[in-house]
Amino acid sequence: MAEEHKHVDALTGTATTGHEWDGLRELNTPLPRWWLWLFYLTIVWAIGYWIVYPAWPLISNSTQGLFGYHSRNAVVEDLNALHAQRGPMMAKLAAVSTAEILADPQLLDFARAQGRVAFADNCAPCHGAGGGGAKGYPNLNDDDWLWGGKIGDIEQTIRFGARAGSDKGRQGNMPPFTGVLKPAEISNVADYVRSLSGLTTEPGADLAAGKKVFADNCAVCHGDNAKGNRELGSANLTDRIWLYGSDKATIVEGIEKGHGGVMPNWEGRLSEPVIKSLAVYVYSFGGGEK
Amino acid sequence: MTQLEELVRQSEVKPATPPSPPPDEDIDDIPLYAARRKIYPQSVHGTFRRIRWAVLLVTLGIYYFLPFVRWDRGPNAPSQAVLIDFPNRRFYFFFIELWPQEIYYLTGLLVLAAIGLFLMNALAGRVWCGYLCPQTVWTDLYMAIERFTEGDRREHMKREAAKWTLETYARKGAKHFLWLMVAWWTGGAWVLYFADAPTLVKELATGEAPFVAYAWIGILTVTTYALAGHLREQVCLYMCPWPRIQAALTDEYALNVTYRYDRGEPRMSAKKAEQAKAHGEPAGDCVDCLQCVHVCPTGIDIRQGSQLGCIQCGLCIDACNNIMAKLGRPRNLIAYDTDLNIKARQEGRKPSYNLVRPRTLLYAAIIAIAGGIMLYTLATRGSEGISVIHDRNPMFVRLSDGSLRNGYTIRIVNKQLKSRDFIVAVDGLPSSLVDFVGLPPRADGRQLVSVGPDQTKEVRILVTDYNETAPAASTTVLFSLIDADTGAVAQVRDHFFGPERR
Repeated sequence: MAEEHKHVDALTGTATTGHEWDGLRELNTPLPRWWLWLFYLTIVWAIGYWIVYPAWPLISNSTQGLFGYHSRNAVVEDLNALHAQRGPMMAKLAAVSTAEILADPQLLDFARAQGRVAFADNCAPCHGAGGGGAKGYPNLNDDDWLWGGKIGDIEQTIRFGARAGSDKGRQGNMPPFTGVLKPAEISNVADYVRSLSGLTTEPGADLAAGKKVFADNCAVCHGDNAKGNRELGSANLTDRIWLYGSDKATIVEGIEKGHGGVMPNWEGRLSEPVIKSLAVYVYSFGGGEK
Repeated sequence: MTQLEELVRQSEVKPATPPSPPPDEDIDDIPLYAARRKIYPQSVHGTFRRIRWAVLLVTLGIYYFLPFVRWDRGPNAPSQAVLIDFPNRRFYFFFIELWPQEIYYLTGLLVLAAIGLFLMNALAGRVWCGYLCPQTVWTDLYMAIERFTEGDRREHMKREAAKWTLETYARKGAKHFLWLMVAWWTGGAWVLYFADAPTLVKELATGEAPFVAYAWIGILTVTTYALAGHLREQVCLYMCPWPRIQAALTDEYALNVTYRYDRGEPRMSAKKAEQAKAHGEPAGDCVDCLQCVHVCPTGIDIRQGSQLGCIQCGLCIDACNNIMAKLGRPRNLIAYDTDLNIKARQEGRKPSYNLVRPRTLLYAAIIAIAGGIMLYTLATRGSEGISVIHDRNPMFVRLSDGSLRNGYTIRIVNKQLKSRDFIVAVDGLPSSLVDFVGLPPRADGRQLVSVGPDQTKEVRILVTDYNETAPAASTTVLFSLIDADTGAVAQVRDHFFGPERR
């Protein structure tokens, strides 16, 4: 090594490290000593860390550290602080009715903000992120409601669900007509139903026969004018909105097999303020009725 | 010799006194870590010293007192001229108020700062390092305090080398006390930029200020005391990136603090110079008095040429000029000059100063353009704004009568310091109805959105096209925000979607 150090750079007068790469040499400029001390200081700092924070893995646990810090406890503390901060507003939400929430701009803002999060957590898997719905899952933005679009109706549907086993929930379903109606009758009534909202019918379809089948079998729930009945959750068949689809094959399938989608009941699973917030949030999608 | 080689040869500048390599036996003993060489900078009088005092007074004066300057903005805004209001997310600078989304002005300032630095560098080397850098300014102040308490270079060194007496300790104690006071005041002034200064001063004094204020004062006290009092030139030598960048950016025409070795060498005492001249031998003007080294705040020898350790503060110019004046020799043996000019003088050519050259013109032009754009946008920006987010799910809603509806979340910005009423108009659809969710119309039937002073308001609106021939595919719609009183308008385009894909 000593021999290698003998080279001194002519321009700077500084010794080189002794290494050479294709004629390039590296000047040996010593680091300042305080730099070294800083390095030692970081080591001391690290030891301090070991002492005050959890650090060393043990067989079933780890060293706990003098500060008693635990990342899970820190999260719990943060959540408690958050709940404490929201506490007064949550208490207000629990105390008033959803109609009163709609009338109070401050409560409405809070409820909608909370409803947005709760909707994403609980409702979006079926109804879509913005309540846009999907085949068999109602679009919550439009003005067509199976069980009613007033704030109280929406709240009740969320609270007790539909066909989810709750006594207070929405009952009633579309029964299957296979075996009850002949295939030709089903085809005719499907064409008739399509004609109600101005959709094209198949050439040769017997609409008069379809109308008779409808009056005998369907009108009891869907009504003589086919506009549906919210008491029973039967769909309005004259509008432009189709829960399962408007093509004939889908309608025929629905008549043959029936429908009975389930909306879970959320009472007991979500807290009172959250259910109210959800109702208000869904109401404000734009379809809410006065 | 080719033309290129000739050019290269001409541009080469050789130091008059090549530094002598250390003797061979020492080379092996170069340590891995260098001990610090303590610097005792000597006081000096002269032009550049006066410039530095002036810069120090102005910059520190601004820093320490600016938070107390008042600026009346009316009842809805703070009355502090310069305030960074983090809780309310506002930045106030006299008549300018910036919102977080206008952060691009900061980008503009950074561009100006960088190019300004480059321009300084192209004109006169490390002007920033020598006069304006906070490290330089505070270190200069701390050195002045050191000379005040411990005495000038010679006295300080002598006392430190002798056995330490009570006086030595008292003087050192006084120095550190004053240093800490300055450091503390530095931290104290810093926090005043983030809250109402008079209120915060009162709170600090009575112990009612928020913890974060005390924490920042503590941090800045420690950093100022350590950096300006203890680390000093080590910051420039080992920590700061600018000397390295500067070395790569500079060119041969930039004025640098330069020892004119053509005139100074061979250096010898005044007496020897007389003898040499009597014998017709060459004698330089440098008398090797080392004044230039003693006054240097980074402890370098400028006679070794331009170097990383030189912050180009010009104090060695003052020191040398004082000596030259005493000896009756011409001034400016050390001066702002270029190595090219030294070479020119050596060869009997006229020195030339190339301050106006493509590089400096380009920097100046960029500064003018960037500054111009900033001024223009600042002068013409509106005090209202609207931004629109179309619902992502569902993209559109088919209503039971067949019409189409799109939902938008709009945010209205009111940058004025008073409450304002706005009309929101949506154009571009054959027949449309706009519904403001949860926002009933006024008694006179007008649908207005009221936005508080210096605030924004988020409104959800539903746009329905009742036309049976509603556009099936995406249509461009124009949202207009109109001040109901003044008619000031802000607009933004968005889309109205239907079931068909384009």
